[in-house]
Amino acid sequence: MATVPKAATLTLEEVRDILEAEVLNGEDLSVNVDAFGAADLLSDVLSTSRPGTLLLTGLVNLQVIRTAIVADLCGVVFVRGKKPNAEILSLARESKIPVLGTHLNMFEAAGRLYVAVSESR
Amino acid sequence: MIQEAFESTYHVLGRDFPNAGRVSTSIKDTLKRMGIHPLVVRRIAIVSYEAEMNLVMYATRGKISLRVSLDSVSINVDDEGPGIPDVTLAMEEGYSTATPEMREMGFGAGMGLPNIRRNADEFDISSHVGRGTRLYIRVIQAA
Repeated sequence: MATVPKAATLTLEEVRDILEAEVLNGEDLSVNVDAFGAADLLSDVLSTSRPGTLLLTGLVNLQVIRTAIVADLCGVVFVRGKKPNAEILSLARESKIPVLGTHLNMFEAAGRLYVAVSESR
Repeated sequence: MIQEAFESTYHVLGRDFPNAGRVSTSIKDTLKRMGIHPLVVRRIAIVSYEAEMNLVMYATRGKISLRVSLDSVSINVDDEGPGIPDVTLAMEEGYSTATPEMREMGFGAGMGLPNIRRNADEFDISSHVGRGTRLYIRVIQAA
């Protein structure tokens, strides 16, 4: 998983705007994002992410939310317009994991965030 | 901070994908409530989750035991399942016998066992083909 370090400069609200994303779960979007990662392999997330990472993923299942809980991620962005089902969103709500959904693909979403983080340094 | 040892055992069923990871998130909650250092909690949660996924993906059933003492947190995993024919090979990053179904869930890339070992201060694995696999992981709590 690729990680962009030292990015404590974007809030989840800014991420939502940059990615033209829909908020699927989460009330407080003022949370600062410490790091970003993009991966479809959850074992990579578990082995390389640091606490506070925002995960961009094209994988949509319950294990994504459980991985976010276990690895102390600050939120999940589902890319390519993929819609999590009610069970996934209910687990996210229960565990207070913010979830965004964007129509952008992984490359475009990661690219936009990379540029925004670089410019804000 | 806890004053004495705490032990708890959780049961896990093979192929129970909808519930895969529940035990580990529950272990994480328990440790957090005990006031264990967040980085120790995270390491144990990751170890437990990888082990739980392995158990669900490969074994028939098994149990995960959590033990918290003053100086460390340990996890014992004991499953009834096919066992691992070559443990040394299974410990290599990237070696995998996963099915496409497992890979579609985001696991099964041969990262689980190496990742478990990486997060452990003490690690032990033993396996008998046709019977099952045992794992022991200990994470030391800094004084």
